[in-house]
Amino acid sequence: MFTGFVVHLRARGLKVTVTEWLTLMRALAEGHARADLAAFYHLARALLVKSETQFDLYDQAFAEYFRDVEARFDVTDELLSWLENPEMPRLLSDEELAALEALDFDELRSTFEQRLREQDERHDGGSRWIGTGGTSPFGHGGTNPGGIRVGGRGGGRSAVQVASERRFRNLRSDRVLDTRSIGSALRRLRRLGKDEGPEELDLDATIDQSARGGGEIELVFGPPRKNRVKLLLLMDVGGSMDPHTQLCERLFSAAHAASHFKSFESRFFHNCPYEHLFTDMEHRRGEPTADVLKRLDSTWSVIFVGDAWMSPYELTHIGGAIDLFHHNRVPGIDWLRRFRDACPRSVWLNPEPQRIWTAPSVAMVRRVFPMFELTLDGLRDAVDTICGRRAAEPLRGGAASTTARGWTH
Amino acid sequence: MSFHRFSGTSDYLASAALRDAVNVAIALEKPLLIKGEPGTGKTRLAEAIAQDLELELLTWHVKSSSQAQHGLYVYDTVQRLNDARFGDRDISDIGHYIKYGPMGRAFQAAERVVLLIDEIDKADMEFPNDLLHELDRMSFLVDETGKTVTAHHRPIVVVTSNNEKELPDAFLRRCVFHFIDFPDEAMMTEIVQVHHPQLEDELLRQVLIAFYWLRDQPEVRKRPSTSELIDWIAALRRAGVSPDSMREQLPFLGVLLKREQDLDAVETRVRHRRVH
Repeated sequence: MFTGFVVHLRARGLKVTVTEWLTLMRALAEGHARADLAAFYHLARALLVKSETQFDLYDQAFAEYFRDVEARFDVTDELLSWLENPEMPRLLSDEELAALEALDFDELRSTFEQRLREQDERHDGGSRWIGTGGTSPFGHGGTNPGGIRVGGRGGGRSAVQVASERRFRNLRSDRVLDTRSIGSALRRLRRLGKDEGPEELDLDATIDQSARGGGEIELVFGPPRKNRVKLLLLMDVGGSMDPHTQLCERLFSAAHAASHFKSFESRFFHNCPYEHLFTDMEHRRGEPTADVLKRLDSTWSVIFVGDAWMSPYELTHIGGAIDLFHHNRVPGIDWLRRFRDACPRSVWLNPEPQRIWTAPSVAMVRRVFPMFELTLDGLRDAVDTICGRRAAEPLRGGAASTTARGWTH
Repeated sequence: MSFHRFSGTSDYLASAALRDAVNVAIALEKPLLIKGEPGTGKTRLAEAIAQDLELELLTWHVKSSSQAQHGLYVYDTVQRLNDARFGDRDISDIGHYIKYGPMGRAFQAAERVVLLIDEIDKADMEFPNDLLHELDRMSFLVDETGKTVTAHHRPIVVVTSNNEKELPDAFLRRCVFHFIDFPDEAMMTEIVQVHHPQLEDELLRQVLIAFYWLRDQPEVRKRPSTSELIDWIAALRRAGVSPDSMREQLPFLGVLLKREQDLDAVETRVRHRRVH
């Protein structure tokens, strides 16, 4: 049952390691879940799920797994039978298997048996803490020794009911994106350079060395530890992007507030960048794109933000720009390729969910840049791609394909 | 080893899940990582644990410039240099110039202590990883003197984070994690009653309606927290505001809302708000 649960959690996308699972088994043997599925729900969450953004996944997985068995599920019995016959989760890595071998089942068993004995000895209520009774000082929805009612809720709500409420839905990392979480994701965007620039005076080491040398001043130099990332943010504004204005504003202000980049610039475009990039959202003041490109080199990264939703002509044709008064001499897609060639570490963020990236223009853009959803998960993946922590290739193939899902993985 | 059992204190109400998380962390000897909205009592939890279990609390306020080393010890080379040149102190014993940080002191304490590592996310991203070894082994080496400091008693380690940065996986794997959910109305009633035991029921009811209504307004970017609610009630009581008048207007909103834009938006809303 327990091993099945952890396999189920993994299948639902929670990264539970075997070390964490073993910690859970130890906690169970020590009696921390009592015999109570509601306590087990919280215990397993505290030990297996390390971010509130994943609570919702956990809730769903928990409700799914225990829905049909809740009434007859007994943590004590399950644990006893597991300790009799310790079945291991499959899908283990070598490292995990090694960790398992280090586990002493006999010790776990004796710990647990001791707890059970203690429970029997003190079965007069009050202080026992394995058992289903509601009088334990640690019972859910009960009373604590200080006599203070907690939460005002009686018992009665089952663990599956609690999980099914999905109270943490709003904290999911593939949904919420506020300025703070964007800022947090952007902070991962850094490359520390040891090979660049002149050496700097290392004050601490200088003082340290001088003191060791009995006061003879000895200057110590070291490589600079500064972020090398130079970032250009190019945002699509207007038209089909209007519903996403608020989200884009948040990204914009978070990127602006992030002070850790070596250089940061931002420009706007409409649907596709052509000869001009704009410095204001109304597309009035601008700068020739060629000038912007001249300043860029491979130490820069470009983050495009847009739905890439346009007529294919806007990408492929001379004079295809959506703005009637603008006649572009170079097709939009060529401008995109120029950016890609100047800054290979560039990505495209799309505020639309991936399931509706169906327009041919989206596929065309994806053949130039790796594309990610503008969600917290997508932003993280994009940042990791820029930093080279993750490999993501643009789409391959000639025809506009909308079926190549999963390429970001 | 006897079990320390945390059960909350008279002025710190802990939900059953939080109490369980604390006790599991203590029993399994793992750091307890606490997250939650600002004002939900993350830092106060460590104080409550210390108070409830009658242990000393050592706090390490992490700053953006903090390094893991600072929590263990600092070798005061400047003082030694100064003494070498001008002082008359004996500089041959480097031990005199080793100043222990909160973690170093927690390891050397004669009794078990609670060690609070507050706002760990403020420091560099690698900071938590730099502490892994010390947290696992409960010992560290003082390079300068060659002395190894080993914990006499494993401290109860409470770590808080405000989500400014993501914490490394290796660190997270070792922690027990609890997210302090924003209190619902029932829990909030209990909390308020701890701070304002004399509060009239009807006023409390009206205050909570207004408070949760405010938190639900999409324009409000910085949502008011528990501690601000407590302050607001104090202001309302001092001014003798009656429950009835709360239906029509919300006085002292500045206590709850700290951003001018939030205040403007809500005041416009209040004017249009229907009487409950």
